[in-house]
Amino acid sequence: MTAILEARDVAKRYGPVIALRSANLTVAPGEVHALLGANGAGKSTLVKALTGVIRADGGTVAVDGAQPKIGSPAQAARIGLAPVFQDPALLPDLTVAQNLRLTRTPRERVHERLRAMDLDLDFNERAGDVPLPMLRMLDLARALSRDPKLLLLDEITAALPSDLSERVFAVMRDQKELGRSVLFITHRLAEVIATCDRATVLRDGADVGTLVPQEGGEERIVEYMLGPEAARAEARAAETDEAEVKERTEGEPVVDVGGLAVGSRLVDVSFTLRAGEILGVAALEGQGQDDLFAALSGQRSPDRGSIAVHGTPMRARHPYDAIRAGLVLVPADRVQALLPQRSIAENIAAPRYNRVRRWGPINMRAEHRRVGKAVGDLQIDTRAARQVRRLSGGNQQKVTIARWLAQGFGALLCFDPTRGIDIGTKRQVYSLLRSLADDGAAILFFSSELTEFPLVCDRVITIFGGRVTGELPGAAADEASLLYAMHGLVSADEPAA
Amino acid sequence: MSTTTADTSVAGRGMDWRRLGRRHGWTVGLFLLLVAMVLYWRSSTVLPWGTFDVQSLSTDAMPLAFAAMGQAIVIISGGIDLSIGSLMSLVNVLAAKYMVTDLTSVTPRSFQHAIVVSILLIAFGFLAGALTGLIIHFTKVADIIVTLAMLFVWAGVALAVLEVPGGGAPTDFTTLVTTDTVLTGWLPKALVFLLGAYSVIWLTIRWRRPGLSLYAIGSNRPRAYLSGINVPLTRVMAYALSGTFAALGGLALTAASSIGDPHAGDIYTLNSVAAVVLGGVSLLGGVGGLIGPLMGAFVLTLIKTILAIKGVDQNWSQVIQGTIIVLVVMVGGLAIRQKGKSG
Repeated sequence: MTAILEARDVAKRYGPVIALRSANLTVAPGEVHALLGANGAGKSTLVKALTGVIRADGGTVAVDGAQPKIGSPAQAARIGLAPVFQDPALLPDLTVAQNLRLTRTPRERVHERLRAMDLDLDFNERAGDVPLPMLRMLDLARALSRDPKLLLLDEITAALPSDLSERVFAVMRDQKELGRSVLFITHRLAEVIATCDRATVLRDGADVGTLVPQEGGEERIVEYMLGPEAARAEARAAETDEAEVKERTEGEPVVDVGGLAVGSRLVDVSFTLRAGEILGVAALEGQGQDDLFAALSGQRSPDRGSIAVHGTPMRARHPYDAIRAGLVLVPADRVQALLPQRSIAENIAAPRYNRVRRWGPINMRAEHRRVGKAVGDLQIDTRAARQVRRLSGGNQQKVTIARWLAQGFGALLCFDPTRGIDIGTKRQVYSLLRSLADDGAAILFFSSELTEFPLVCDRVITIFGGRVTGELPGAAADEASLLYAMHGLVSADEPAA
Repeated sequence: MSTTTADTSVAGRGMDWRRLGRRHGWTVGLFLLLVAMVLYWRSSTVLPWGTFDVQSLSTDAMPLAFAAMGQAIVIISGGIDLSIGSLMSLVNVLAAKYMVTDLTSVTPRSFQHAIVVSILLIAFGFLAGALTGLIIHFTKVADIIVTLAMLFVWAGVALAVLEVPGGGAPTDFTTLVTTDTVLTGWLPKALVFLLGAYSVIWLTIRWRRPGLSLYAIGSNRPRAYLSGINVPLTRVMAYALSGTFAALGGLALTAASSIGDPHAGDIYTLNSVAAVVLGGVSLLGGVGGLIGPLMGAFVLTLIKTILAIKGVDQNWSQVIQGTIIVLVVMVGGLAIRQKGKSG
């Protein structure tokens, strides 16, 4: 049986960065095939090369045994390859109907497809006004209305509510029954095990193997994705020593927050952040955690309460005041903190330029040394050193931390620092934070992923309704206890802190 | 089973007034501003008001209105055309030169000859614009830089064609836009030409694939590419249409002044951008239409007329014009944003 799609040795490089070294992928008819890999492994690049969005530097792509020329997305659509990207390909300023006319898609067919998924949409709505999850479903319906041989779904389920994800899986099953194929990209391994027949894993721009996801489960997939050494190192990282933790949580107070109230959400929050510890802040969406971090980093002034750094009250009216007091922020949105067009070195050095006393010329040699040390300490991938925007998300986050390392700080405020970062780089960020704390830094850590707290934190406080509702030792901060406290319910078996 | 979206109304079932307001609010607001300004203009002169005023306003606004429509197309497609003004100058001097037998005696040729020259110059404008678009595509240099360079190129060529103001045009040709009207005295031919060009050039493509492609590449270029649009071709088309409108503007200058002046178009480059902004077109591309910029051109012309009647010093009148542009765009922006919040 000829494969629907057979890609051989596909390669692509962007300047010095090799996105794809040599990727092979074979998708059989009537198969749901997963494409897996850590961030930067080359999944999206491969999909883009297959669908004519970018031109590969080398390799061959056969569709149904023939080798067609795929020079543009339009050509790919004509031979039956329909991609749906994480960022839906709909023009925000045109209405849905105009978007469909633009791609010559009959609107009745799209309407049927949407109805089959039990969805409805006003086609006269501007696409930019349609909520993102619905827009993705519309993009999917549009792709399906072309009756594609191969449907390529690039992280379509990321940030999709579970009921819509279920409908995507139903579509995948339907396609399979029709003898059509689906290539499915996701970070959620459970979805792969539940829905896919086979999976191809990419690592560093090359395929490292094709496996049947049901055999061996998540661990085996992770091992393929990370490589054998990284998987072993990860197991070591989980070990903790109670005595050490106790010592860490008794350091000198660095930040004292007393009765803090900010905006409408944060009512009354008090805690002490000590040198050498990582203090977790766990909260449901919208409990005032963003206001807390905004107040600590000097973006908002508190309505009531006090923030003291090393015993001195801080009255910050501008982030500059907070930075000078030693409170520095690592935000979830890396782009917010970085100068994306500038080099790694400039980004790391930027906060230093603000020092009032340093008006004169910048000592480039000292600067270079400091930056070089920070880059080395954090193992930042410097192949794309000239423009930070070209770095992967994980490396960008390391740069935001590196800039504060080079500058020196009292307390690091990490607001969801691992959002959108792959599992391998996440581990590196965790161990980086740990080594910073071991060197005496005080770290406040908020995350939207509850599983991170026991891995990272020495203590965890929970905030609900703008108040602190509980405190747990890091090792005891499993998902169940956290969820209890995050909902303002004090769990019965909560150990004394 | 329930549907996921709250809005279950299917397309075309009744009017959605809020949406109409959001889409056309700016145009309606600008129209009301224009009406208010016309009334104010009339109340500030003692002369009885008549058809002549409408005609002279239309004739005055015509070159800018053409330039604004051309500029609007390019800005909607996500670019900007700084060469409009000097391309208008070039067409202006070419028309004035070739509509007379020779430059020394300035004897106008026949009306038919003038029409042939006009058609050739409109085709020239189309090709000149397309050339600009091609240069942008092949050199990969930013729109603003290439069109700035073309501004110098066309200005130089215009001076080479006619170093000092001169030439002329047949009377039949100039009266086409100056004193002539259609059916009633209240419908000047200048306005008919403007709306005619708008209908023939713009309305024929606006709601079809070429027009939608213009909006698409201005809205989000990578997504337009993913939607299968020929982005280079669409960009070239935008500049070709802009060149066409610039040629029409240059011919309007010739007809209105019956003379060729190599600097006649200079002011229209930036004024066209101002009219486009007044007309509710986003400088980021993808949003707006051509009727707004058309009215914007009339508003700008009227502001100048009113300030002249009021006896405001010409230098200060420019300061006031600039202030009004910022105020209108600010008020318009606030109104739209508030609608967005409630909607």
